[in-house]
Amino acid sequence: MNLHAYLACLGGILQREWLRFILQRSRFLSALVRPLLWLLVFAAGFRAALGVSIIAPYDTYITYETYILPGLCCMILLFNGMQGSLSMVYDREMGSMRVLLMSPLPRPFLLVGKLLGTSLISLIQVYAFIGIAWLFDIQPPLFGLLTALPALLLAALLLSALGLLLSNGIRQLENFAGVMNFVIFPMFFLSSALYPLWKMREASEWLYWLCSFNPFTHAVELVRFALYERFNAMALIICLGLLLVVTSLAVLTFNPQHAALRRKSE
Amino acid sequence: MQLDVRDVSFAYGQRLALQGVSFTVQSGRLNALLGPNGAGKSTLMALFSRLYRLQQGDILLGELSIRRQPRQALRQLGVVFQQSTLDLDLSVRQNLAYHAALHGLSRRQAAPRIESELQRQGLLERQHEQVRQLNGGHRRRVEIARSLLHEPKILLLDEPSVGLDQASRLALNQHIRLLCAERGLTVVWTTHLLDEIQAEDPVVVLHQGRILAENSAAELVHSSAAASLADAFARLTGQTEAA
Repeated sequence: MNLHAYLACLGGILQREWLRFILQRSRFLSALVRPLLWLLVFAAGFRAALGVSIIAPYDTYITYETYILPGLCCMILLFNGMQGSLSMVYDREMGSMRVLLMSPLPRPFLLVGKLLGTSLISLIQVYAFIGIAWLFDIQPPLFGLLTALPALLLAALLLSALGLLLSNGIRQLENFAGVMNFVIFPMFFLSSALYPLWKMREASEWLYWLCSFNPFTHAVELVRFALYERFNAMALIICLGLLLVVTSLAVLTFNPQHAALRRKSE
Repeated sequence: MQLDVRDVSFAYGQRLALQGVSFTVQSGRLNALLGPNGAGKSTLMALFSRLYRLQQGDILLGELSIRRQPRQALRQLGVVFQQSTLDLDLSVRQNLAYHAALHGLSRRQAAPRIESELQRQGLLERQHEQVRQLNGGHRRRVEIARSLLHEPKILLLDEPSVGLDQASRLALNQHIRLLCAERGLTVVWTTHLLDEIQAEDPVVVLHQGRILAENSAAELVHSSAAASLADAFARLTGQTEAA
């Protein structure tokens, strides 16, 4: 198999994700409703309770809506990453998984291609969300939209790979409700998405440390800085390192037999 | 291309699904893999297609070992699973193009193959329809067209006629036999429907994870002093009635 074969294969995987995306418009809309509710309803009520002082990367006082925008972008990536990976491993897409695995190309390549496909589709949703936020006067710098792109892609890949790793290993995560309660909500709330970490520290030292160790916090900070044309080296190193580790583990532990055997033994 | 199954055993946890299974699939023929439900046919299919990992034994496609050269082996294999693996939301052509890409075929390489396989299946004029709009027989034909796009030497069909009406079953069976004759394609056809098998077809009988017999259908009837293949099958598997 030469390079052309790999490119054709990757092109095929990405095209399929794109086709599925444009065919499932209702899913696209519902994926936007969630962060918009947070932005336009929750934030409106909450901003009176929470004063955000001037912190990097912001140069001035900002509204609460402005603060949570990067976190909500990452929330879209988190939901999509988990959902995509789960459906890849469990029944709903068992058929398409079989088709994918019949490819003679190396499985790590196929899995990473699939993660990339899900991530790129997530980015479209994120930019659509930022576009709507823009209409409500939540406007990051225009050039920041471009500098945020690699940060968002890195975060999307990391969260998708994390989803794949979790669905490989944890039996209890077979339905999405379980993932919401035990993965998505804890990751989201124990991060800097909704409140700066110094605020969290005022409330509880150990909650602060939990947030600091949460990979999602670093993904949010990477995106937050990039969106304001700033570079957060620490967040980048952590996210890149985690991406490598988590993707390798997810690929190594991937075994389609597990899902099939679970069904057989039930 | 010949397919050799050598001493394959497989367990789901504590439950043995295949026990020391060995047989040879004859090149360029329709080989029937017979067995009642739960005999282990689908497990074998999952091992052939590398969905499951071999626990014991090996499977050889010609000289290629699934254990040692899995990716080269997969290139020689076309598979139609019992449960449809088509993407119902995509069109016939999009499904085929996706498969071709997964096998490393560029669009330019894939286009004529897609057209010729769809032509052969009589589905060319429906190539832009959503798969969801096709009936069961047509979907099966799309899956067969898809499985042949990368020009495999061996075609595995897992209960391909399940859910089809009598006319579609017959047409499918004839079509596959034609492929064997024209292209020298080796076919493994798992079924529990005995009327799909002809007297000269090589037959492997699998029951409770073991091979009970390996012979031509006619020889099988003869050696078990049975009146028909159904009768021979019933005697072999200890069932009072054939499936």
